[in-house]
Amino acid sequence: MTRIFISRDSTALSLGANQVAEALQQAADSKGLDVELVRNGSRGLFWLEPMIEVETAQGRVAYGPVQSQDVVELVEAGMLEGKEHALFLGDIEALPYFKDQSRLTFARVGITDPVSLDDYLAHEGYRGLKNALNMSAQDIVQQVTDSGLRGRGGAAFPTGIKWNTVLNAPAEQKYIVCNADEGDSGTFSDRMVMEGDPFVLIEGMTIAGLAVGATQGYIYLRVEYPHANVALNEAIANAYANGYLGDDILGSGKAFHLEVRLGAGAYICGEETSLLESLEGKRGLVRFKPPLPAIIGLFGKPTVVNNVVSLASVPIILDKGGDYYRDYGIGRSRGTLPLQLAGNIKYPGLFEAAFGLTLREILYDYGGGSASGRPIRAVQVGGPLGAYVPESQFDTPLDYEAFSAISAVVGHGGIVVHDDTVDMAAMARYAMEFCVEESCGKCTPCRIGSIRGVEVIDRIVKGIQKEQNTVLLEDLCDTMVNGSLCAMGGMTPYPVLSALKHFPEDFGLDKAVDAA
Amino acid sequence: MQEYHLQKSVVAKILAEHEGMPGNLLPILHGIQDSLGYIPQEAVADIAEALNQSIAEIHGVISFYHYFRQTPPGKNTIRICRAESCQAMNSQALQEHAKKQLDIDWHQTSSDGEFSLEPVYCLGNCACSPAITINNEVYGRVTPERFDELIASQRGAAE
Repeated sequence: MTRIFISRDSTALSLGANQVAEALQQAADSKGLDVELVRNGSRGLFWLEPMIEVETAQGRVAYGPVQSQDVVELVEAGMLEGKEHALFLGDIEALPYFKDQSRLTFARVGITDPVSLDDYLAHEGYRGLKNALNMSAQDIVQQVTDSGLRGRGGAAFPTGIKWNTVLNAPAEQKYIVCNADEGDSGTFSDRMVMEGDPFVLIEGMTIAGLAVGATQGYIYLRVEYPHANVALNEAIANAYANGYLGDDILGSGKAFHLEVRLGAGAYICGEETSLLESLEGKRGLVRFKPPLPAIIGLFGKPTVVNNVVSLASVPIILDKGGDYYRDYGIGRSRGTLPLQLAGNIKYPGLFEAAFGLTLREILYDYGGGSASGRPIRAVQVGGPLGAYVPESQFDTPLDYEAFSAISAVVGHGGIVVHDDTVDMAAMARYAMEFCVEESCGKCTPCRIGSIRGVEVIDRIVKGIQKEQNTVLLEDLCDTMVNGSLCAMGGMTPYPVLSALKHFPEDFGLDKAVDAA
Repeated sequence: MQEYHLQKSVVAKILAEHEGMPGNLLPILHGIQDSLGYIPQEAVADIAEALNQSIAEIHGVISFYHYFRQTPPGKNTIRICRAESCQAMNSQALQEHAKKQLDIDWHQTSSDGEFSLEPVYCLGNCACSPAITINNEVYGRVTPERFDELIASQRGAAE
């Protein structure tokens, strides 16, 4: 029997992976070939999807991008024996895009059957949990602290410190909440984990539960990710059925329960306090901090709120030790970050690398330049609230502090590329418009300032009192930064001011007017 | 539009299924919308009563979230991503094309009742922008021509 892998990842599906899988099954049935079709996650090389990988005597070999009409010919050409063909890619792991990565969190994504517990266990899964079950809560937290892991959702707060606060908060009930409301444009690493290796998230949350004394977890998943919902629920059911979740995890006497809850299309619910409000069944209005969710969180109880990739990075830390993880990276940015390359880029995809690569290396060595073949003019890093970075800053290394020094953010590691046809005044206007659409409405600078921001940008672009209106826009941005409770109002000025600073000509301004 | 007395039992069943569940309002609203396609105005009072909240509170939650709708959708819901990554790959032109082809604006349903059009801010398919969904299926690298093909095949499938 030959094992064949075709991805069930959303992006692969969006390019026709299901049709390819059907065509292959039909071809196999009609020829009486003995094949086992595994629907895996994606390797993250999206320009090669839909991709078929075949397990041969020489190892796994890939073909791609494959359309359903190619399948019969591929089978005729000897695909099942790994023979040559125009679409033959060979060993995916030998391709430069893949082999230069440090895959820690994404070690299994694209390799295993995402919902098969046996496959997970066969690929070093649940080793972290087994270690954690023999450790004290304090020691688990210490490993995470030692690893240097900072929240991968964007705020980059040290995970160990957050966990320690929850551990030390006395309460009868505590919660682990996974923020799976990955709403930033250009980010899809959470989605790929949930679709491609949901057990690693389940394991990470279970370890978090042991670490702080929480027995209930919730994954707050955005409704825009229906395939992740399916994969998570399949994996959770398998984990329960085999004693990896429930009242007595692997006979330890310790309990952890886990449930997926769907959001409903509100970007602001990716902000942790809005998310908690939403989970409680309310409008997703931002809460004032303090108290921190670690002290008074979900249903008023101490709560760990971590993003998907943060929690999915925990199993390897508990398996191989905090030091192992910390040895990757630079400065205070330790470990690896799954980078996501999107927008106008030749080789879009996900690659996981230690902190420290420069944007230029990412854009050209990995990304191959723009998809259009035109010069890259601006890249937005870290989602819709992240700054636009011009070519002159492409040598900045990916590191939280280095980005902060140029008034930019690493955020969730999403990189959206724009070529030289982009209108940066339009992008700045869109940033304000997005804030109009998605503000929860609690803070006046965000709720009303964003509307005024759109109007002021329109006046500048029309040439109406443009110098005065530029000063007004900068003043408005200052009010939003300093007068908003959360990052929605507080960071919307980042894309706006960076566009104004680096691309004033798009606003009809002279370079000399640039005061930002 | 269906009469509410036909829908009431569906709502009652969903409310009963979620009784006592912590933070059950969103799961209830999802359940109703999954079953009926939208959340009927009359259901709001039933939900409010079951959860011992005011009608205003329930209405406030429904209207806060973009995904929930209070009018019946077309047979197919098309969502087009308006976010930055898709913009970098000409989503703007795709949006204009879609509105023109369907002869509707955002949040409207085509006159034949086939298609509703909703904006969406990121489908996580940014590596293959521009992206859309039709019902729960994701499509990547959607050109105006590809959009027309998808619409045509969806009409075909409905007949």
